[in-house]
Amino acid sequence: MSFLELKNITKVYPNGTKAINETSLNIEYGEFMVFVGPSGCGKSTLLRMIAGLEDITEGEIDLDGKTINKIDPSERDVAMVFQNYALYPHMNVYKNLSYGLKNRGESKENIDNKVKEVAELLEIKEYLQRKPAQLSGGQRQRVAMGRAIVRNPKVFLFDEPLSNLDAKLRGQVRIEIKKLQQSMNVTSVFVTHDQVEAMTLGDRLAVINNGVIEQLGTPIEVYEKPASKFVGEFIGSPQMNFVNGAINNNNFESSSFKLNKDLNIDNASVVLGFRAEDLNLKEEGEISLTIDIIEKLGSDSIIYGRDKDGQSICYKESGNTKLEVGEIINISLDVDAVHIFDEKTGKRLN
Amino acid sequence: MKKVQFSSYFTQYFFVAPQLAIILIFLYLPIVQTFTDAFTTQDAFGFGRYFSGFDNFIFSMSDATYLRAFKFTIIFICVITFFSCSIGLLLAVQANNVIHGKSYYKTLLIWPYAIAPAVVGVTANYFFSERLGILYSFFHNIWGFNWYDNIYDAYIYVFIAATWKQISANFIFFLAGLQTIQKSIIEASMIDCKSNFRRFWTITFPLLMPTTFFLIIINITYAFFDTLGIIDTTTIGAPSGETKTLVFKAYIDGFRGLDIGSAGAQSIIMMLIVLVITVFQFRFIEGRIHYN
Repeated sequence: MSFLELKNITKVYPNGTKAINETSLNIEYGEFMVFVGPSGCGKSTLLRMIAGLEDITEGEIDLDGKTINKIDPSERDVAMVFQNYALYPHMNVYKNLSYGLKNRGESKENIDNKVKEVAELLEIKEYLQRKPAQLSGGQRQRVAMGRAIVRNPKVFLFDEPLSNLDAKLRGQVRIEIKKLQQSMNVTSVFVTHDQVEAMTLGDRLAVINNGVIEQLGTPIEVYEKPASKFVGEFIGSPQMNFVNGAINNNNFESSSFKLNKDLNIDNASVVLGFRAEDLNLKEEGEISLTIDIIEKLGSDSIIYGRDKDGQSICYKESGNTKLEVGEIINISLDVDAVHIFDEKTGKRLN
Repeated sequence: MKKVQFSSYFTQYFFVAPQLAIILIFLYLPIVQTFTDAFTTQDAFGFGRYFSGFDNFIFSMSDATYLRAFKFTIIFICVITFFSCSIGLLLAVQANNVIHGKSYYKTLLIWPYAIAPAVVGVTANYFFSERLGILYSFFHNIWGFNWYDNIYDAYIYVFIAATWKQISANFIFFLAGLQTIQKSIIEASMIDCKSNFRRFWTITFPLLMPTTFFLIIINITYAFFDTLGIIDTTTIGAPSGETKTLVFKAYIDGFRGLDIGSAGAQSIIMMLIVLVITVFQFRFIEGRIHYN
C-alpha cells in the first residue's frame, strides 16, 4: 500500500463542470510528485482535494493508511504552500509560523523551539519580528515554506509556489526546495504549469490534461517516451515538432518527406513527432527547411523554418549557428527518436 | 487628460460659482450664524440682541436636562454603534458563506439602507404603538413593556429603531471588506486552525479592522446627528425628556423653545465633542490597525 493513495477521484462542480475525472494515483513515502499541465487542467483542484479545501465528489483519498476524505483540513496532517504565499498580513513572521502549532495546543516552549529551529534552517531568524509586508518576495516565500515545515506534516502540498518570483530567484528557490525535500524526506506534491520546474523537481510527474492524468512517470520517461501527443507537446522546450502523415507498409510518409524505418505499425493516419535536438544538418537530409527565424541563446541556437508544405519545424543546433534567415537547408531526422501518435486519439503508437 | 485654459478669470469663477454658492449658503453661513447666536442673547420679543460672552454655554451646560441628554446620547451612541456593527458583521459573514441565492440575501439585506431616518421612525411607530404595535404587545406580555412611562422601555424602543436603520449600511461595508480578504489566506488558516470561531477572531476579524474602524466613526456620527428624525418620530423624547439626544434637544430648544442662543451654544459644544472623538480615534486606534 502506498503512502498517499488517490482512488478514482472525481470532482464535479455545482455548475456541472467536471474538473477531475476518475483519477487514481499512488504516491510513495518520501516521493516528490509533480502535477503538471496547462491552466485549467484540474491539477490545482486535485491538490486542493488532498488538502481538504475542495470537496471530493466521488472516490477516496488515503494518507498513511487512513481515509481522509471527510477529515477537516487542519487534521489531515498536511501543509500547503500557496501561490501568493497567503501569509497572515497582520501577524509578524514568528506568529505566522507559530499560529498552526498554537491552535493545536502545543506548549509555548515547544512552539518556540520549533519556530527557532525552522527559522534557523531557512535563514529567516532576523526577520521573525517583521510583518510580511516588510519582506521581499523571496523572504515571504521562505516564511511560507517555514510555516509548512514547522508543522512537521506527513505531506507537503505546493500550489505553484514559485510563479510569483522573478526568474533568477525562481531558479534558486527551486534548488532550495529540492534540497530541503531531500534532506527532510517528506512526501511532497507540487503543482506547476512550468515544465522546467516539473522536470527538475519531480521524482515522478503526472501530466494532467482536461482532468485526466495523461502520463505518469519519471521526468526522463515522460520526455523520451511521451504517451500522447499532448504530453509531447507540453513537455520540452522548444516544443516538439509535429508533421501529419500516414503509415504505409510500416513506413511513415508525409506529403513532403518519407522516413526510412520499419516502424511495425498498422496502416493509419498518424502524427509524427520529433524534438528539435533530434534533427541534424545533413546534405542528403530528407527534410528541406526554409529558415524564418533564428534565436541565439548563446549555448544553443534555435532555428525555426518551414518545410516544402509550409509546415513549421524547429531545429536546434549547439553553439552559435552560422546559418542565416532565408537560407534553405537540408536536415535529417534521427529515426530512432521519433514519436508516432494516432491522429485521432493522440495516443502513442510506437 | 486634456487641459482647457480659460482666457479670463470670469469664465473660471462662473463655472465654480454654483458650487461655491452652495457651500457658502449651506455651510459657511450657518456656521457664522451659529457662532453669532451662541455668543449673543436676544431679547424676549426678538427686537434686539447683545453680546453675552459665554453666558449661553454656562446656562446650557448647567441645565440638568442638558446633562441628562448628554448621558443618554453617550449610551445611545455606544449601544447603537455596538449592535448595528455586530449585527451587520454577523449578517455579512453569514451572507458571504451562503452558496445558493447569495444575491437575493444581499439585496434584501441592503434594502433598509435606502430608507430615510424619519421613515424608519414612522415604521417603528407601527410596531411600538400601544394600540397597534406587534412588538409593543409582544414585549408587554413578557414584562409589561410600556415606553410611555418606563425609561428603559423607551430606550429599547429608540435603540431598536435606530439600530435597525444602520445595520444594512454596516452590512454592505462588512461584506465588501470580507470580499477583499484573499481567499488563500482564509484557506491557509483552515489548514492551520480547526475552529471556525477561533479562525474568525484571529484571522478574519483583524483583517476587517480597517472596515470596522471606518464604520465605528460612521456609526458614531450617525447616532449623534442622523437620529434626530428617528427620535422626533418615535418617542419625541418621552418619557419626560429621557430619550432626548443632544441634537434633538438643541433642535427643540432652538425651534420649539425659540432659545436660539442656547441652541447655538449646544451646537458648538457638539462640534467640539465630535472633534475630540475623531482626534482620539485617529490618534490612538488607527495606529493599531493593519491596512493591507
